[in-house]
Amino acid sequence: MSAISPTAKPKLGRNFRLQWEPAQQAHVLLYPEGVVKLNGSAGAIMSRCDGTRTLGEIVGDLERTYATAGLAADVEAFVALAVERQWLEVDE
Amino acid sequence: MSAATTDPRGASKAAGPPLWLLCELTYRCPLHCVFCYNPTNMPDIGPELDTSTWIRVLHEARALGAVQLGLSGGEPLARDDLEQIVAEAHRLGYYVNLITSGIGLTEERIKALKEAGLDHIQLSFQDSTREVNDFLSSTRTFDLKSKVAALIKRYGYPMVLNVVLHRLNIDHIEEILEMADRLGAEYLELANTQYYGWAWKNRDALLPSREQLTRAEEATNRFRERIGQRMRIYFVVPDYFEKRPKPCMNGLGSIFLTVAPDGVALPCHSARILPGLAFPNVKESSVEEIWYRSDAFNRFRGEDWMKEPCRSCPERTRDFGGCRCQAYLMTGDATNADPVCELSPHHHLVVEAVERAERAVNGAAPVREVPLVFRDHRRRA
Ligand code: SF4
Ligand code: SF4
Repeated sequence: MSAISPTAKPKLGRNFRLQWEPAQQAHVLLYPEGVVKLNGSAGAIMSRCDGTRTLGEIVGDLERTYATAGLAADVEAFVALAVERQWLEVDE
Repeated sequence: MSAATTDPRGASKAAGPPLWLLCELTYRCPLHCVFCYNPTNMPDIGPELDTSTWIRVLHEARALGAVQLGLSGGEPLARDDLEQIVAEAHRLGYYVNLITSGIGLTEERIKALKEAGLDHIQLSFQDSTREVNDFLSSTRTFDLKSKVAALIKRYGYPMVLNVVLHRLNIDHIEEILEMADRLGAEYLELANTQYYGWAWKNRDALLPSREQLTRAEEATNRFRERIGQRMRIYFVVPDYFEKRPKPCMNGLGSIFLTVAPDGVALPCHSARILPGLAFPNVKESSVEEIWYRSDAFNRFRGEDWMKEPCRSCPERTRDFGGCRCQAYLMTGDATNADPVCELSPHHHLVVEAVERAERAVNGAAPVREVPLVFRDHRRRA
Protein backbone atom coordinates (compact mmCIF):
# COMPACT_ATOMS: atom_id res chain seq x y z
CA MET A 1 0.00 0.00 0.00
CA SER A 2 1.79 3.11 -1.18
CA ALA A 3 1.48 6.42 0.64
CA ILE A 4 -0.68 9.04 -0.97
CA SER A 5 0.64 12.53 -1.44
CA PRO A 6 -1.16 15.37 0.38
CA THR A 7 -1.46 17.13 -3.00
CA ALA A 8 -3.21 14.20 -4.68
CA LYS A 9 -6.85 14.80 -5.59
CA PRO A 10 -8.68 11.56 -4.89
CA LYS A 11 -11.91 10.90 -6.73
CA LEU A 12 -14.48 8.16 -6.77
CA GLY A 13 -13.39 5.01 -8.60
CA ARG A 14 -14.78 4.27 -12.02
CA ASN A 15 -17.60 1.73 -11.60
CA PHE A 16 -18.53 3.05 -8.14
CA ARG A 17 -21.30 5.34 -7.01
CA LEU A 18 -21.57 6.99 -3.61
CA GLN A 19 -24.85 8.13 -2.17
CA TRP A 20 -26.57 8.99 1.09
CA GLU A 21 -29.27 6.51 2.06
CA PRO A 22 -31.86 7.93 4.46
CA ALA A 23 -33.21 4.45 5.30
CA GLN A 24 -29.79 3.37 6.54
CA GLN A 25 -28.70 6.79 7.80
CA ALA A 26 -25.41 6.15 6.07
CA HIS A 27 -23.43 6.73 2.92
CA VAL A 28 -23.32 3.64 0.73
CA LEU A 29 -21.01 2.71 -2.07
CA LEU A 30 -22.74 1.06 -5.00
CA TYR A 31 -21.13 -1.01 -7.73
CA PRO A 32 -22.16 -3.88 -10.03
CA GLU A 33 -24.35 -6.07 -7.85
CA GLY A 34 -22.84 -4.84 -4.61
CA VAL A 35 -23.34 -2.40 -1.74
CA VAL A 36 -20.91 -1.30 0.95
CA LYS A 37 -22.38 0.57 3.88
CA LEU A 38 -19.83 3.12 5.08
CA ASN A 39 -19.43 4.12 8.69
CA GLY A 40 -19.64 7.78 9.62
CA SER A 41 -16.01 8.72 9.16
CA ALA A 42 -15.57 6.70 5.95
CA GLY A 43 -18.67 8.43 4.57
CA ALA A 44 -17.37 11.86 5.61
CA ILE A 45 -14.05 11.24 3.86
CA MET A 46 -15.41 9.60 0.72
CA SER A 47 -18.03 12.27 0.14
CA ARG A 48 -15.27 14.90 0.05
CA CYS A 49 -13.18 13.03 -2.52
CA ASP A 50 -14.60 14.72 -5.62
CA GLY A 51 -11.42 15.08 -7.65
CA THR A 52 -11.20 18.84 -7.11
CA ARG A 53 -9.85 18.93 -3.55
CA THR A 54 -6.41 17.77 -2.48
CA LEU A 55 -5.99 15.26 0.29
CA GLY A 56 -4.50 18.08 2.41
CA GLU A 57 -7.59 20.24 1.88
CA ILE A 58 -9.86 17.31 2.73
CA VAL A 59 -8.03 16.76 6.01
CA GLY A 60 -8.32 20.48 6.80
CA ASP A 61 -12.03 20.49 6.01
CA LEU A 62 -12.65 17.44 8.22
CA GLU A 63 -10.68 18.94 11.10
CA ARG A 64 -12.73 22.14 10.90
CA THR A 65 -16.04 20.30 10.52
CA TYR A 66 -15.40 18.05 13.51
CA ALA A 67 -13.47 20.70 15.46
CA THR A 68 -10.51 18.45 16.01
CA ALA A 69 -6.88 18.18 14.98
CA GLY A 70 -4.42 15.48 13.97
CA LEU A 71 -6.67 13.59 11.56
CA ALA A 72 -4.12 13.45 8.73
CA ALA A 73 -2.73 10.00 9.48
CA ASP A 74 -6.13 8.34 9.82
CA VAL A 75 -7.53 9.99 6.72
CA GLU A 76 -4.48 9.07 4.68
CA ALA A 77 -4.64 5.46 5.85
CA PHE A 78 -8.30 5.22 4.89
CA VAL A 79 -7.72 6.81 1.49
CA ALA A 80 -4.86 4.41 0.79
CA LEU A 81 -7.09 1.47 1.68
CA ALA A 82 -9.92 2.85 -0.48
CA VAL A 83 -7.53 3.27 -3.41
CA GLU A 84 -6.38 -0.29 -2.98
CA ARG A 85 -10.00 -1.45 -3.15
CA GLN A 86 -10.57 0.82 -6.17
CA TRP A 87 -13.25 2.77 -4.31
CA LEU A 88 -11.11 5.84 -4.94
CA GLU A 89 -8.66 6.77 -7.67
CA VAL A 90 -5.74 9.20 -7.63
CA ASP A 91 -4.00 10.51 -10.71
CA GLU A 92 -0.29 10.06 -10.40
CA MET B 1 -46.86 -18.63 13.36
CA SER B 2 -46.86 -15.23 14.95
CA ALA B 3 -46.11 -12.10 12.96
CA ALA B 4 -42.92 -10.13 13.49
CA THR B 5 -44.62 -7.47 15.55
CA THR B 6 -45.98 -9.93 18.11
CA ASP B 7 -42.82 -11.93 18.54
CA PRO B 8 -42.03 -11.57 22.24
CA ARG B 9 -38.31 -11.50 21.62
CA GLY B 10 -38.84 -8.81 19.04
CA ALA B 11 -35.32 -8.23 17.90
CA SER B 12 -34.67 -11.65 16.40
CA LYS B 13 -37.41 -11.11 13.83
CA ALA B 14 -37.21 -7.38 13.35
CA ALA B 15 -36.33 -7.11 9.71
CA GLY B 16 -34.08 -4.49 8.20
CA PRO B 17 -34.90 -2.96 4.82
CA PRO B 18 -35.08 -5.02 1.61
CA LEU B 19 -31.78 -3.66 0.27
CA TRP B 20 -31.87 -5.76 -2.88
CA LEU B 21 -34.86 -5.80 -5.15
CA LEU B 22 -34.88 -8.27 -8.01
CA CYS B 23 -37.59 -7.70 -10.60
CA GLU B 24 -38.02 -10.68 -12.88
CA LEU B 25 -39.79 -8.73 -15.55
CA THR B 26 -40.78 -11.68 -17.73
CA TYR B 27 -40.34 -15.42 -18.09
CA ARG B 28 -40.19 -15.02 -21.85
CA CYS B 29 -36.78 -15.89 -23.22
CA PRO B 30 -35.48 -16.86 -26.64
CA LEU B 31 -33.03 -19.38 -25.08
CA HIS B 32 -33.65 -22.81 -23.59
CA CYS B 33 -30.92 -23.26 -21.02
CA VAL B 34 -30.90 -26.62 -19.29
CA PHE B 35 -29.62 -24.97 -16.11
CA CYS B 36 -32.25 -22.22 -16.00
CA TYR B 37 -33.42 -21.50 -12.44
CA ASN B 38 -36.87 -20.35 -13.57
CA PRO B 39 -39.85 -22.44 -12.47
CA THR B 40 -40.63 -25.61 -14.40
CA ASN B 41 -44.35 -24.85 -14.62
CA MET B 42 -44.27 -21.48 -16.34
CA PRO B 43 -47.45 -22.04 -18.37
CA ASP B 44 -49.39 -22.20 -15.09
CA ILE B 45 -48.22 -18.76 -14.00
CA GLY B 46 -50.43 -15.70 -14.53
CA PRO B 47 -49.88 -12.77 -16.90
CA GLU B 48 -46.99 -10.31 -16.54
CA LEU B 49 -47.39 -7.12 -14.54
CA ASP B 50 -47.98 -3.97 -16.55
CA THR B 51 -45.62 -1.02 -16.61
CA SER B 52 -47.45 1.05 -14.02
CA THR B 53 -47.47 -1.79 -11.48
CA TRP B 54 -43.73 -2.32 -11.89
CA ILE B 55 -43.21 1.38 -11.37
CA ARG B 56 -45.33 1.35 -8.21
CA VAL B 57 -43.22 -1.57 -6.91
CA LEU B 58 -40.07 0.46 -7.55
CA HIS B 59 -41.45 3.43 -5.63
CA GLU B 60 -42.65 1.40 -2.67
CA ALA B 61 -39.47 -0.63 -2.31
CA ARG B 62 -37.26 2.43 -2.65
CA ALA B 63 -39.23 4.12 0.11
CA LEU B 64 -38.39 1.16 2.36
CA GLY B 65 -34.69 1.51 1.55
CA ALA B 66 -34.10 -0.78 -1.45
CA VAL B 67 -31.03 0.47 -3.30
CA GLN B 68 -29.70 -2.31 -5.54
CA LEU B 69 -32.08 -3.20 -8.32
CA GLY B 70 -31.69 -6.22 -10.57
CA LEU B 71 -33.77 -6.44 -13.72
CA SER B 72 -33.82 -10.00 -14.97
CA GLY B 73 -36.14 -12.67 -16.27
CA GLY B 74 -36.32 -14.66 -18.52
CA GLU B 75 -34.86 -12.16 -20.90
CA PRO B 76 -35.72 -8.65 -19.66
CA LEU B 77 -35.11 -7.21 -23.13
CA ALA B 78 -38.27 -9.02 -24.18
CA ARG B 79 -40.16 -6.17 -22.45
CA ASP B 80 -40.43 -3.11 -24.63
CA ASP B 81 -41.00 -0.90 -21.58
CA LEU B 82 -37.57 -1.80 -20.15
CA GLU B 83 -36.17 1.69 -20.91
CA GLN B 84 -39.11 3.29 -19.13
CA ILE B 85 -38.64 1.09 -16.05
CA VAL B 86 -34.89 1.83 -15.99
CA ALA B 87 -35.50 5.57 -16.27
CA GLU B 88 -37.87 5.59 -13.33
CA ALA B 89 -35.56 3.40 -11.25
CA HIS B 90 -32.65 5.71 -11.94
CA ARG B 91 -34.69 8.77 -11.02
CA LEU B 92 -35.55 7.11 -7.71
CA GLY B 93 -31.85 6.55 -6.89
CA TYR B 94 -31.45 2.83 -7.46
CA TYR B 95 -28.22 1.34 -8.74
CA VAL B 96 -29.69 -0.42 -11.76
CA ASN B 97 -28.29 -3.77 -12.95
CA LEU B 98 -29.52 -5.47 -16.11
CA ILE B 99 -29.01 -9.23 -16.25
CA THR B 100 -29.25 -10.32 -19.86
CA SER B 101 -28.21 -12.93 -22.39
CA GLY B 102 -27.57 -10.02 -24.76
CA ILE B 103 -30.07 -11.27 -27.28
CA GLY B 104 -31.99 -8.25 -28.49
CA LEU B 105 -29.44 -5.76 -27.15
CA THR B 106 -29.07 -3.57 -30.21
CA GLU B 107 -27.07 -0.35 -30.31
CA GLU B 108 -30.31 1.59 -30.30
CA ARG B 109 -31.46 -0.05 -27.09
CA ILE B 110 -28.12 0.12 -25.31
CA LYS B 111 -27.99 3.83 -26.08
CA ALA B 112 -31.54 4.38 -24.84
CA LEU B 113 -30.76 2.38 -21.68
CA LYS B 114 -27.65 4.46 -21.05
CA GLU B 115 -29.65 7.65 -21.42
CA ALA B 116 -32.26 6.22 -19.06
CA GLY B 117 -29.53 5.79 -16.43
CA LEU B 118 -28.73 2.08 -16.48
CA ASP B 119 -25.61 1.52 -14.35
CA HIS B 120 -24.48 -1.95 -15.26
CA ILE B 121 -25.06 -4.82 -17.64
CA GLN B 122 -24.22 -8.38 -16.69
CA LEU B 123 -23.81 -10.29 -19.90
CA SER B 124 -24.46 -13.96 -19.39
CA PHE B 125 -23.14 -16.70 -21.53
CA GLN B 126 -26.19 -18.74 -20.98
CA ASP B 127 -25.41 -21.18 -23.72
CA SER B 128 -28.26 -23.54 -24.11
CA THR B 129 -26.11 -26.69 -24.36
CA ARG B 130 -27.96 -27.56 -27.51
CA GLU B 131 -25.49 -25.07 -28.86
CA VAL B 132 -22.61 -25.94 -26.59
CA ASN B 133 -20.40 -26.77 -29.52
CA ASP B 134 -21.24 -23.62 -31.32
CA PHE B 135 -20.56 -21.69 -28.14
CA LEU B 136 -17.23 -23.36 -27.50
CA SER B 137 -16.10 -23.34 -31.08
CA SER B 138 -16.55 -19.59 -30.93
CA THR B 139 -18.77 -19.18 -33.93
CA ARG B 140 -22.30 -17.84 -33.97
CA THR B 141 -22.84 -17.20 -30.26
CA PHE B 142 -19.38 -15.78 -29.95
CA ASP B 143 -20.01 -13.32 -32.78
CA LEU B 144 -23.19 -12.12 -31.19
CA LYS B 145 -21.62 -11.83 -27.75
CA SER B 146 -18.57 -10.01 -29.06
CA LYS B 147 -20.80 -7.46 -30.76
CA VAL B 148 -22.74 -6.94 -27.57
CA ALA B 149 -19.57 -6.86 -25.46
CA ALA B 150 -18.09 -4.20 -27.75
CA LEU B 151 -21.25 -2.13 -27.42
CA ILE B 152 -21.18 -2.48 -23.64
CA LYS B 153 -17.64 -1.13 -23.59
CA ARG B 154 -18.33 1.61 -26.12
CA TYR B 155 -21.13 2.93 -23.95
CA GLY B 156 -18.92 2.99 -20.88
CA TYR B 157 -20.47 0.24 -18.78
CA PRO B 158 -18.36 -1.96 -16.52
CA MET B 159 -17.87 -5.19 -18.42
CA VAL B 160 -19.20 -8.07 -16.33
CA LEU B 161 -19.44 -11.52 -17.84
CA ASN B 162 -21.15 -14.46 -16.27
CA VAL B 163 -20.67 -18.02 -17.43
CA VAL B 164 -22.60 -20.86 -15.87
CA LEU B 165 -20.46 -23.96 -15.53
CA HIS B 166 -21.59 -27.57 -15.58
CA ARG B 167 -20.34 -31.02 -16.54
CA LEU B 168 -20.72 -30.38 -20.26
CA ASN B 169 -18.65 -27.20 -20.46
CA ILE B 170 -16.38 -27.17 -17.41
CA ASP B 171 -13.57 -29.01 -19.23
CA HIS B 172 -13.41 -26.08 -21.65
CA ILE B 173 -12.58 -23.62 -18.90
CA GLU B 174 -9.41 -22.48 -20.63
CA GLU B 175 -11.27 -21.53 -23.80
CA ILE B 176 -13.87 -19.76 -21.67
CA LEU B 177 -11.20 -17.73 -19.85
CA GLU B 178 -9.50 -16.79 -23.12
CA MET B 179 -12.82 -15.78 -24.58
CA ALA B 180 -13.62 -13.56 -21.61
CA ASP B 181 -10.24 -11.91 -21.97
CA ARG B 182 -10.71 -11.35 -25.69
CA LEU B 183 -14.08 -9.76 -24.97
CA GLY B 184 -12.37 -7.36 -22.56
CA ALA B 185 -14.20 -8.51 -19.43
CA GLU B 186 -13.28 -6.61 -16.26
CA TYR B 187 -15.17 -9.03 -14.05
CA LEU B 188 -15.81 -12.67 -14.80
CA GLU B 189 -18.13 -14.80 -12.73
CA LEU B 190 -17.65 -18.51 -13.25
CA ALA B 191 -20.75 -19.65 -11.51
CA ASN B 192 -21.24 -23.36 -11.14
CA THR B 193 -24.83 -24.33 -11.73
CA GLN B 194 -27.10 -24.18 -8.72
CA TYR B 195 -29.60 -26.98 -8.69
CA TYR B 196 -33.06 -25.44 -8.74
CA GLY B 197 -35.73 -25.19 -11.40
CA TRP B 198 -34.69 -26.70 -14.72
CA ALA B 199 -31.21 -27.38 -13.42
CA TRP B 200 -32.71 -29.60 -10.69
CA LYS B 201 -34.48 -31.63 -13.38
CA ASN B 202 -31.16 -31.97 -15.18
CA ARG B 203 -28.94 -32.43 -12.16
CA ASP B 204 -27.70 -35.91 -12.95
CA ALA B 205 -26.52 -34.72 -16.35
CA LEU B 206 -24.99 -31.43 -15.20
CA LEU B 207 -23.19 -32.03 -11.92
CA PRO B 208 -19.44 -32.23 -12.63
CA SER B 209 -17.07 -34.65 -10.94
CA ARG B 210 -14.71 -33.50 -8.22
CA GLU B 211 -11.80 -34.07 -10.55
CA GLN B 212 -13.32 -31.86 -13.25
CA LEU B 213 -13.88 -29.19 -10.68
CA THR B 214 -10.32 -29.34 -9.34
CA ARG B 215 -8.89 -29.13 -12.84
CA ALA B 216 -11.07 -26.13 -13.62
CA GLU B 217 -10.03 -24.34 -10.44
CA GLU B 218 -6.37 -24.99 -11.16
CA ALA B 219 -6.71 -23.70 -14.69
CA THR B 220 -8.45 -20.60 -13.35
CA ASN B 221 -5.66 -19.96 -10.87
CA ARG B 222 -2.99 -20.32 -13.55
CA PHE B 223 -4.88 -17.88 -15.72
CA ARG B 224 -5.23 -15.42 -12.82
CA GLU B 225 -1.48 -15.47 -12.29
CA ARG B 226 -0.83 -14.88 -15.95
CA ILE B 227 -3.13 -11.93 -16.51
CA GLY B 228 -2.85 -10.20 -13.13
CA GLN B 229 -5.24 -7.37 -12.26
CA ARG B 230 -6.75 -6.98 -15.74
CA MET B 231 -9.73 -9.16 -14.94
CA ARG B 232 -11.29 -10.06 -11.59
CA ILE B 233 -12.39 -13.67 -11.64
CA TYR B 234 -14.87 -15.16 -9.22
CA PHE B 235 -15.02 -18.92 -9.23
CA VAL B 236 -18.12 -20.13 -7.45
CA VAL B 237 -17.76 -23.75 -6.36
CA PRO B 238 -20.98 -25.78 -6.49
CA ASP B 239 -22.08 -26.18 -2.90
CA TYR B 240 -22.52 -29.95 -3.34
CA PHE B 241 -18.75 -30.20 -2.91
CA GLU B 242 -18.63 -28.22 0.32
CA LYS B 243 -18.92 -29.37 3.93
CA ARG B 244 -21.06 -26.44 5.03
CA PRO B 245 -23.93 -24.74 3.24
CA LYS B 246 -23.84 -21.21 1.85
CA PRO B 247 -25.57 -18.51 3.90
CA CYS B 248 -28.32 -18.50 1.33
CA MET B 249 -29.79 -15.01 0.74
CA ASN B 250 -28.23 -14.06 4.07
CA GLY B 251 -31.26 -15.79 5.57
CA LEU B 252 -34.65 -15.56 3.88
CA GLY B 253 -36.36 -12.22 4.40
CA SER B 254 -33.21 -10.44 5.55
CA ILE B 255 -32.19 -8.33 2.53
CA PHE B 256 -33.56 -9.85 -0.68
CA LEU B 257 -36.93 -9.30 -2.26
CA THR B 258 -37.80 -10.87 -5.60
CA VAL B 259 -40.88 -9.97 -7.57
CA ALA B 260 -41.76 -12.57 -10.20
CA PRO B 261 -43.28 -11.65 -13.59
CA ASP B 262 -46.84 -12.22 -12.35
CA GLY B 263 -46.33 -10.03 -9.26
CA VAL B 264 -45.73 -12.80 -6.73
CA ALA B 265 -43.25 -11.62 -4.09
CA LEU B 266 -40.63 -14.14 -3.01
CA PRO B 267 -37.82 -14.09 -0.43
CA CYS B 268 -35.57 -15.78 -3.02
CA HIS B 269 -36.13 -16.39 -6.72
CA SER B 270 -36.71 -20.10 -6.33
CA ALA B 271 -38.86 -19.94 -3.16
CA ARG B 272 -42.04 -20.49 -5.18
CA ILE B 273 -41.44 -24.23 -4.85
CA LEU B 274 -41.73 -24.14 -1.04
CA PRO B 275 -45.04 -25.70 -0.02
CA GLY B 276 -47.43 -24.31 2.56
CA LEU B 277 -46.50 -20.68 2.01
CA ALA B 278 -49.05 -18.31 0.53
CA PHE B 279 -46.88 -15.91 -1.41
CA PRO B 280 -48.33 -12.42 -1.52
CA ASN B 281 -48.77 -10.57 -4.80
CA VAL B 282 -47.85 -6.92 -5.36
CA LYS B 283 -51.12 -6.53 -7.21
CA GLU B 284 -52.95 -7.02 -3.91
CA SER B 285 -50.55 -5.83 -1.22
CA SER B 286 -48.06 -3.02 -0.79
CA VAL B 287 -44.38 -3.88 -0.70
CA GLU B 288 -44.34 -2.75 2.93
CA GLU B 289 -47.09 -5.16 3.95
CA ILE B 290 -45.36 -7.93 2.05
CA TRP B 291 -41.91 -7.33 3.49
CA TYR B 292 -42.79 -6.69 7.11
CA ARG B 293 -46.09 -8.43 7.70
CA SER B 294 -46.64 -11.39 5.37
CA ASP B 295 -46.25 -14.90 6.69
CA ALA B 296 -44.23 -15.85 3.60
CA PHE B 297 -41.52 -13.35 4.52
CA ASN B 298 -41.65 -13.88 8.28
CA ARG B 299 -41.68 -17.68 8.25
CA PHE B 300 -37.93 -18.15 7.91
CA ARG B 301 -36.76 -15.02 9.72
CA GLY B 302 -34.89 -15.54 12.95
CA GLU B 303 -34.37 -19.06 14.25
CA ASP B 304 -37.74 -20.28 15.55
CA TRP B 305 -38.35 -22.39 12.47
CA MET B 306 -35.10 -24.36 12.83
CA LYS B 307 -34.89 -28.02 13.72
CA GLU B 308 -31.94 -29.99 15.00
CA PRO B 309 -29.07 -30.09 14.17
CA CYS B 310 -29.30 -26.37 13.26
CA ARG B 311 -31.31 -25.25 16.30
CA SER B 312 -28.45 -25.82 18.73
CA CYS B 313 -25.59 -25.43 16.28
CA PRO B 314 -23.11 -22.63 17.00
CA GLU B 315 -22.78 -21.99 13.26
CA ARG B 316 -26.43 -21.10 12.75
CA THR B 317 -25.77 -17.36 12.92
CA ARG B 318 -23.26 -17.69 10.09
CA ASP B 319 -25.07 -19.88 7.55
CA PHE B 320 -28.70 -19.69 8.80
CA GLY B 321 -28.99 -23.44 8.18
CA GLY B 322 -28.28 -23.00 4.45
CA CYS B 323 -30.78 -22.97 1.63
CA ARG B 324 -34.47 -23.65 2.36
CA CYS B 325 -35.18 -24.60 -1.25
CA GLN B 326 -32.35 -27.12 -1.30
CA ALA B 327 -33.53 -28.57 2.02
CA TYR B 328 -37.02 -28.95 0.60
CA LEU B 329 -35.99 -30.32 -2.80
CA MET B 330 -33.79 -33.00 -1.27
CA THR B 331 -35.51 -33.89 2.00
CA GLY B 332 -39.12 -32.86 1.38
CA ASP B 333 -39.06 -30.54 4.41
CA ALA B 334 -37.97 -26.92 4.09
CA THR B 335 -37.20 -26.66 7.82
CA ASN B 336 -34.47 -29.29 7.72
CA ALA B 337 -30.79 -28.38 7.59
CA ASP B 338 -29.50 -27.88 4.07
CA PRO B 339 -28.22 -31.41 3.21
CA VAL B 340 -25.00 -29.88 1.89
CA CYS B 341 -24.05 -29.64 5.58
CA GLU B 342 -22.04 -32.61 6.81
CA LEU B 343 -23.95 -32.45 10.09
CA SER B 344 -27.28 -32.99 8.33
CA PRO B 345 -28.73 -36.51 8.65
CA HIS B 346 -29.57 -36.17 4.93
CA HIS B 347 -26.05 -35.34 3.82
CA HIS B 348 -25.78 -38.76 2.17
CA LEU B 349 -28.18 -37.51 -0.53
CA VAL B 350 -25.60 -34.97 -1.63
CA VAL B 351 -22.77 -37.49 -1.39
CA GLU B 352 -24.73 -39.92 -3.55
CA ALA B 353 -25.45 -37.28 -6.20
CA VAL B 354 -21.74 -36.48 -6.36
CA GLU B 355 -20.89 -40.19 -6.59
CA ARG B 356 -23.33 -40.61 -9.46
CA ALA B 357 -21.61 -37.72 -11.21
CA GLU B 358 -18.20 -39.31 -10.67
CA ARG B 359 -19.38 -42.59 -12.16
CA ALA B 360 -21.01 -40.91 -15.13
CA VAL B 361 -17.95 -38.80 -15.90
CA ASN B 362 -15.47 -41.63 -15.48
CA GLY B 363 -17.66 -44.10 -17.28
CA ALA B 364 -17.01 -46.63 -14.48
CA ALA B 365 -20.62 -47.63 -14.18
CA PRO B 366 -22.82 -48.40 -17.13
CA VAL B 367 -23.61 -44.89 -18.24
CA ARG B 368 -27.31 -44.34 -18.23
CA GLU B 369 -28.00 -41.61 -20.73
CA VAL B 370 -29.83 -38.89 -18.87
CA PRO B 371 -32.03 -36.94 -21.25
CA LEU B 372 -31.76 -33.19 -20.86
CA VAL B 373 -34.91 -31.18 -20.33
CA PHE B 374 -34.67 -27.90 -22.20
CA ARG B 375 -36.24 -24.92 -20.57
CA ASP B 376 -39.31 -23.69 -22.39
CA HIS B 377 -41.68 -21.07 -21.03
CA ARG B 378 -44.53 -22.65 -22.97
CA ARG B 379 -44.11 -26.10 -21.46
CA ARG B 380 -43.97 -27.84 -18.11
CA ALA B 381 -41.08 -30.08 -17.16
S1 SF4 C 1 -31.07 -19.23 -17.85
FE1 SF4 C 1 -31.23 -19.33 -20.09
S2 SF4 C 1 -33.35 -19.96 -20.50
FE2 SF4 C 1 -33.27 -19.29 -18.33
S3 SF4 C 1 -33.92 -17.15 -18.44
FE3 SF4 C 1 -31.67 -17.19 -18.52
S4 SF4 C 1 -31.16 -17.18 -20.69
FE4 SF4 C 1 -33.33 -17.72 -20.55
S1 SF4 D 1 -26.14 -27.88 11.33
FE1 SF4 D 1 -27.32 -26.25 10.40
S2 SF4 D 1 -26.56 -24.36 11.32
FE2 SF4 D 1 -25.05 -25.97 11.77
S3 SF4 D 1 -23.52 -25.78 10.12
FE3 SF4 D 1 -25.05 -27.32 9.47
S4 SF4 D 1 -26.59 -26.15 8.31
FE4 SF4 D 1 -25.36 -24.66 9.47
